[in-house]
Amino acid sequence: MTAVKTKAGPKAGATAGPKAQGRRRLRYAGTVALFLLPSAIPLTLFTLVPMAASLWTSLHEWNLIQPMTWVGLGNYAELLGDAETRAAFWHTLYFIAGYLPLVYAGGLGLAVLLNRAMKGRDLFRAIYFLPVITSWVVVALMWKWLLNPATGLVNQALSLIGVAGPGWWTDPVWAMPSVILASAWKDLGFVMIILLAGLQAIPKEYHEAARVDGAGGLRRFRYVTLPLLSPSTFFVIVISLINGFQVFDQVHVMTGGGPAGATQVVVEQIYDLTFRYGRAGMASALSWLLFAVVLIVTVVQVRAQRRWVNYG
Amino acid sequence: MTRTAKAAAAALVVGLLASACSQGSATRSAESTPGGKVTLRYLTFSAAPDHVKDLDKIVTAFEAENKNIDVVVETAPYDEYFTKLQTSIAGGTAPDTFELNYENFVTYAAAGSLLDLGTVAGDADPSVYAAESLAAFKHDGKQYALPASFSTVVLFYNKELFKKAGVPEPTADWTWKDEQAAAERLTDRKAKVYGDYQPVQFFEFYKTLKQAGGEFLSADGKKSAFNGPAGIKAAKWLVGKVGKVMPTEAEIGGTADYDTNLFKSGKLAMWHNGIWQFAGLKDVPFEWDVVVEPGDATKASAVFHNAVAASAGTKHGKEAFAWARFLSSSGTAATTRIESSWELPPVADRSVLAGYLKAPKPANRQAVFDSLTSIALPPVIKRQQEMQDTVTEELANAAAGRKTVEEALTAAAAAVDKLLG
Repeated sequence: MTAVKTKAGPKAGATAGPKAQGRRRLRYAGTVALFLLPSAIPLTLFTLVPMAASLWTSLHEWNLIQPMTWVGLGNYAELLGDAETRAAFWHTLYFIAGYLPLVYAGGLGLAVLLNRAMKGRDLFRAIYFLPVITSWVVVALMWKWLLNPATGLVNQALSLIGVAGPGWWTDPVWAMPSVILASAWKDLGFVMIILLAGLQAIPKEYHEAARVDGAGGLRRFRYVTLPLLSPSTFFVIVISLINGFQVFDQVHVMTGGGPAGATQVVVEQIYDLTFRYGRAGMASALSWLLFAVVLIVTVVQVRAQRRWVNYG
Repeated sequence: MTRTAKAAAAALVVGLLASACSQGSATRSAESTPGGKVTLRYLTFSAAPDHVKDLDKIVTAFEAENKNIDVVVETAPYDEYFTKLQTSIAGGTAPDTFELNYENFVTYAAAGSLLDLGTVAGDADPSVYAAESLAAFKHDGKQYALPASFSTVVLFYNKELFKKAGVPEPTADWTWKDEQAAAERLTDRKAKVYGDYQPVQFFEFYKTLKQAGGEFLSADGKKSAFNGPAGIKAAKWLVGKVGKVMPTEAEIGGTADYDTNLFKSGKLAMWHNGIWQFAGLKDVPFEWDVVVEPGDATKASAVFHNAVAASAGTKHGKEAFAWARFLSSSGTAATTRIESSWELPPVADRSVLAGYLKAPKPANRQAVFDSLTSIALPPVIKRQQEMQDTVTEELANAAAGRKTVEEALTAAAAAVDKLLG
């Protein structure tokens, strides 16, 4: 019965005045709203409201067990002059500087390799993607075990060839490289999948034309593959950078920010401030500082992409 | 879209939301059940993993006496305990009753998170408790928690390793010098046998500092006082063991319970640890005993106090008090703790404690009581955890050779002063 009415709707609207048109638009908006509701409600409840709450908290001193006290922008002022905050941002940048090139180069290598016709290609793709869908806690514990300075497989293997392995996550110099290694290993499959899709979208004709013109494998890669892959590259870099700024799980499980604070990244600092030191206001302010940094970096990237991303 | 479809979609959304909400509230405390029975939640860190059954025994006895109360026990490991407690208080789902240690008691009492037990105690007699234990859990003249157990740190030693190395066993008169000489003779790096194990961290430091004759904070509690000759001596004593008579951090490799397993496997001669380890060492295949920790300028033993507190927001104050009192002072609780070597009950009646001395292992249980004659209580400040972490981290820097002891202590003192400021 209602089907008849909706069918009649447009017809009536076409002949009737603006009133009916307005009603129709309203009904359309209602339908749209209904479709959006299932994602809008959780988004509001679990993202927007908590964000507003954390902004409010960031203007207070709050140890979680006592009522908040207003400090205005005091937390932000303290953070900006705080050596530990600066160190946390440096450690995060160090992580990104190691992680991003490694995960991109590795992912690209795998994508190129697994784009060729070879036996067991699908199996390898699945294997390399497996770490991506594995829980970070499992992966971090596994790497912690592999890189255990005393009993880990890596150092035992190194000792077989006469190399004394480093202290990995117990040595401040090696702790961050350990975390970077584990992170790159886990995210390799994600980058691979995105770049693989990008590679497959490059028409074969371009390669053929380049070959006819006498371009070798390396040149074709440099002047055909890479430029046409740039939209995928752009996507990977944006996502990996945001992930890099938010690095936490692997650090928390593998080093807890140590040794000697060498891997104390921003989110680990936020965690410690809230749950270890009862300074939720300060932690909220730091979250917003991180948000601002990520936002600026992303905006800059989106602007800069016009210069190097080639949509073919 | 048809109206029926819209209605169905709306119903689905509402249903989903409703189930999400009801799931959220399922974690809230169950209130009184229909039969007029009160459900009382109790959160603890000291029961799991070794003493869950012992706690069950106490709960059963309590419920038999208080038929209208149903005690629900929740456990969390110490490392995560205060995160869990804090967030549950912040989220309005605090357990009715929970365990607190002496170091954290002040934070919670000052924050107003605890129920003033004086308001629900009725005519309960406070003289059943050892007076000094009861006083430790007073804040601003109010009793915010009842002392439930205490424990001390002693020197454990493997008798067989001492015999094999021909080194005389430690006595109560030992000083650091004696310990050091013995540790060097007992260490056999080839056989992976270590002479000594004393964690390089805050809790060992404030105690050895006192043994060396120093104080952690100034008399008015407003400044650090550990960065002096006594502090340097204490830190050097701890740090000097690492890599010589004790494994290094890299050798330990972050392995959980490394020291416990090392001692249990018979490869550690001396071990500074708490009497809560007694139960776990019942069945080791070698002879071992304990002695009061060696001192330097003076003797000083660490004492840890745990107490039961009730949440300020509990709806069952009277029941919470009844449970806290039973858990801390009843005969059942005291004997259960003693029989299972689960720390000690802080009761006034010392004859109750006599049973503790009768247990066969370790032979020198008297050392536990002897250690109480000169105790070192941890310094407590408002920003406790930050202070502990900072001191531990700087000591670790010294132990790993990244800083000299003097540099590490100077940095730690500056950081602690900032926390106090």
